[in-house]
Amino acid sequence: MRVRIQFEKKGALKYIGHLDLHKMWERSARRGNVTLSYSQGFHPQPKIQLASALPLGFSSRAEVVDMWTAMDYETDWIKSALQLALPTGIHVNSVDHIDDALPPLQTEVIAAEFEVDFTEFDFTQLADAGVEERVAKMLSTEEIIRERRGKTYNLRPLIELANYEATTKIMTLRLTAKEGATGRPEEVLAELGIPFEEVLIERSAIFFR
Amino acid sequence: MTFLTPHQIDHRLNKVLLKVTKPGRYVGGEYNSVVKDWENAQLRTALVFPDIYDIGISNVGLKILYDIVNNREDALAERCYSVWRDMEDQMREHSIPQYSLESHHPAAQFDLIGFSLPYETLYTNAINFLDLAGLPVFSSGRTNEHPIVIVGGHSALNPEPMHAFIDAFVIGEGEEVICDILDVIKKHKNTDGHRDRNAILHDLARVQGVYVPSLFEIEYHSDNTIKSIRATQPGIPETIIKRMVAKLPPPPTKFIVPNIEAVHNRVSIEIMRGCTRGCRFCHAGIINRPVRERSVQEVVNAVSEAIDSTGFEEVALLSLSSSDYSNILELVKAVSEKFGEKHLGISLPSLRIDTVSVDLMDQLRDRRGTGFTLAPEAASERMRKTINKYITDDQLLETVREIYRRGWTTVKLYFMIGHPSETLEDVQAIADLCKRVLTEGRAIMGGRARVNAGVSTFVPKPHTPFQWVSCDSMEQIKEKQDLLKRVLKDRNIKLSWTAPEDTMIEAWLSRGDRNLSKVIYTAWKNGVKFDAWQEERKFSTWVAAFETEGVDPAFYTHRLRPVDEIFPWEHISTAVTKKFLFQDYSMSLKEQIRDDCRNQCYACGILPTFIEERRANPGTYWKCPHVKERSLPVAL
Repeated sequence: MRVRIQFEKKGALKYIGHLDLHKMWERSARRGNVTLSYSQGFHPQPKIQLASALPLGFSSRAEVVDMWTAMDYETDWIKSALQLALPTGIHVNSVDHIDDALPPLQTEVIAAEFEVDFTEFDFTQLADAGVEERVAKMLSTEEIIRERRGKTYNLRPLIELANYEATTKIMTLRLTAKEGATGRPEEVLAELGIPFEEVLIERSAIFFR
Repeated sequence: MTFLTPHQIDHRLNKVLLKVTKPGRYVGGEYNSVVKDWENAQLRTALVFPDIYDIGISNVGLKILYDIVNNREDALAERCYSVWRDMEDQMREHSIPQYSLESHHPAAQFDLIGFSLPYETLYTNAINFLDLAGLPVFSSGRTNEHPIVIVGGHSALNPEPMHAFIDAFVIGEGEEVICDILDVIKKHKNTDGHRDRNAILHDLARVQGVYVPSLFEIEYHSDNTIKSIRATQPGIPETIIKRMVAKLPPPPTKFIVPNIEAVHNRVSIEIMRGCTRGCRFCHAGIINRPVRERSVQEVVNAVSEAIDSTGFEEVALLSLSSSDYSNILELVKAVSEKFGEKHLGISLPSLRIDTVSVDLMDQLRDRRGTGFTLAPEAASERMRKTINKYITDDQLLETVREIYRRGWTTVKLYFMIGHPSETLEDVQAIADLCKRVLTEGRAIMGGRARVNAGVSTFVPKPHTPFQWVSCDSMEQIKEKQDLLKRVLKDRNIKLSWTAPEDTMIEAWLSRGDRNLSKVIYTAWKNGVKFDAWQEERKFSTWVAAFETEGVDPAFYTHRLRPVDEIFPWEHISTAVTKKFLFQDYSMSLKEQIRDDCRNQCYACGILPTFIEERRANPGTYWKCPHVKERSLPVAL
């Protein structure tokens, strides 16, 4: 049986990477007595698929994971069983049965939305131009050539939306997230001249095909 | 002292955590970690494993204490580990003191800081921890506003090298004494939160198994050997006898589940404590006497509870010698039947070299690794008699054949060089034996057969029959290692060894006296830490520190000690008598072996010391002989 779980990842769990998160779901399922299906072969692995890797240090209120269970369970039961077995910082929002034949979760992702919180940001370091001004300038260009892991790429087409709200001090970013074309919030912030470790970044939505 | 609040610490952490490797090490929040109400706890204990999180998180000893303290209504325990260099730099730059993982309170704000020091190469890290916590590193520099700093673990059995930094050492097992210590602190904690340090140390020195070095005085001969060791207050025992838990309490099962990859991601259940084999090099074998076993039912229940509460995919059944657990066949059968089909790995370390061990491993289907580990420790039969780990070559080769026959492709063999009286022929025998093992493997499975030979270097440890002997010099070690490297060139034999520099550091630290404190301090001041990490080795800094302080390292390591010399650890008693140890040492010189002491008692000294405990725990639960009921005085 395949289930799709929407969850939040906050607090200390912000600092847990993708592979460790995978392991965390495996152990949480075992603690919660949710028996998972295993792959065949010499080193059987539990069947768990995370939608999209969340960079270290970002919180999220919109993560998605698919799991295959070895037997049929009520989704409500899974939800409460898992919630009790999860570490503080992971909160399950929903559990749904889904069709086993649906394509792998990660291939369905097309974009992600992030909220950048400037509440504790020291604005004096942006003396020459404010955040709004910087965003506007960035959006007005057609090409933003950046280098990442030794490769150059154009960041601009990956930015689907960028908006800063001065009253709430929240910047919203909607970035493309397809295989080979993933916009990263810290790259956008770097382009804006904002040190990403001085703001709080939270993924607020993942968009699927 | 004023302290940063957890909120202030978090605020600073947010700015630095993304600049360091594996920030998950520094945030806590693991499943099964216990966060108690800070304000309501009268006694706050920071339990510290002074190595990085990835290693420290798996330590079972601290987990036992964590549960005991947190189960007390008046107390809380939180954990700390050493931070890696990149994090230390960030913390010093941003004035973040060493803090606890549970509540993020500064370590300096606790009443008690308890270090676990199972091995000596953590000494410099412990000092660095105190410094990063903002505490005076010397015990004499701390006052009523500072926490009491204690140390437990195997290295505490020779406390003197760390005497200047630590307020009190726990000798022996911690399960009961930790509560005695908390009670003493509670008694002397004032309403303003300060602790009456002198009163605490005064009382701690009178708790069995606790050593307070500042209340002892050492006198030296002109040649720097020890003339006398004396307590400076009346009422303090001149000899500190170790604590021993007569009946093992149920093992911990709610292990903390790390959110990041650790060295051991597993449930560890101690099936037995102590060992009856009497290998003469073995520190643990002497200091953990007597042997006490848990029942099969207790172990199986614990495994079951622990898997339910952690979700770990691996279980380790721990003891010093699994094969010697009385009901090992029954235990393995029960565990493999109950958990065999749950995608769990079950490991059973420290097996004897016999075909029964191969059967046991086969039942556990422990094929995650392709290797099967055996620890003959020495390769010539003469050496095996000397160290009292006697098996014949035939026995070993028969076991090896069985291992390859059952499909394991790699046999891992652990040896030590540097045993007393060892010659180059004995070292050559290691190479010859590895080749013979590989030949057996080839005959059974052809070119797939592998041998891994791990060759470490022997350090004569305090409280063992070999405590009188000297260590090999750097040159001797290198000569022996070079021989092995030269002779073992087969590409199917993988040789690994311990760097001689690491062995020297370990030897100095484990055999030292009070004069070593200043050397340790100087080495740390000059940047030494993480001594257990090879890439972080600072051998030349250590050598320089000895020079600066005018201490001769060879005095500790390259000197056969006379029979009547007073050891720096003379006042620390494991209850095994010096007379017994010397007798055993004499036997080793004559290449005489002593059988497993569960078959015959050799009067090591445990029973007379703990006779009441034995009486209270009759039957086969202990492996010492029975003692008679005391004849009761006739009531008048």
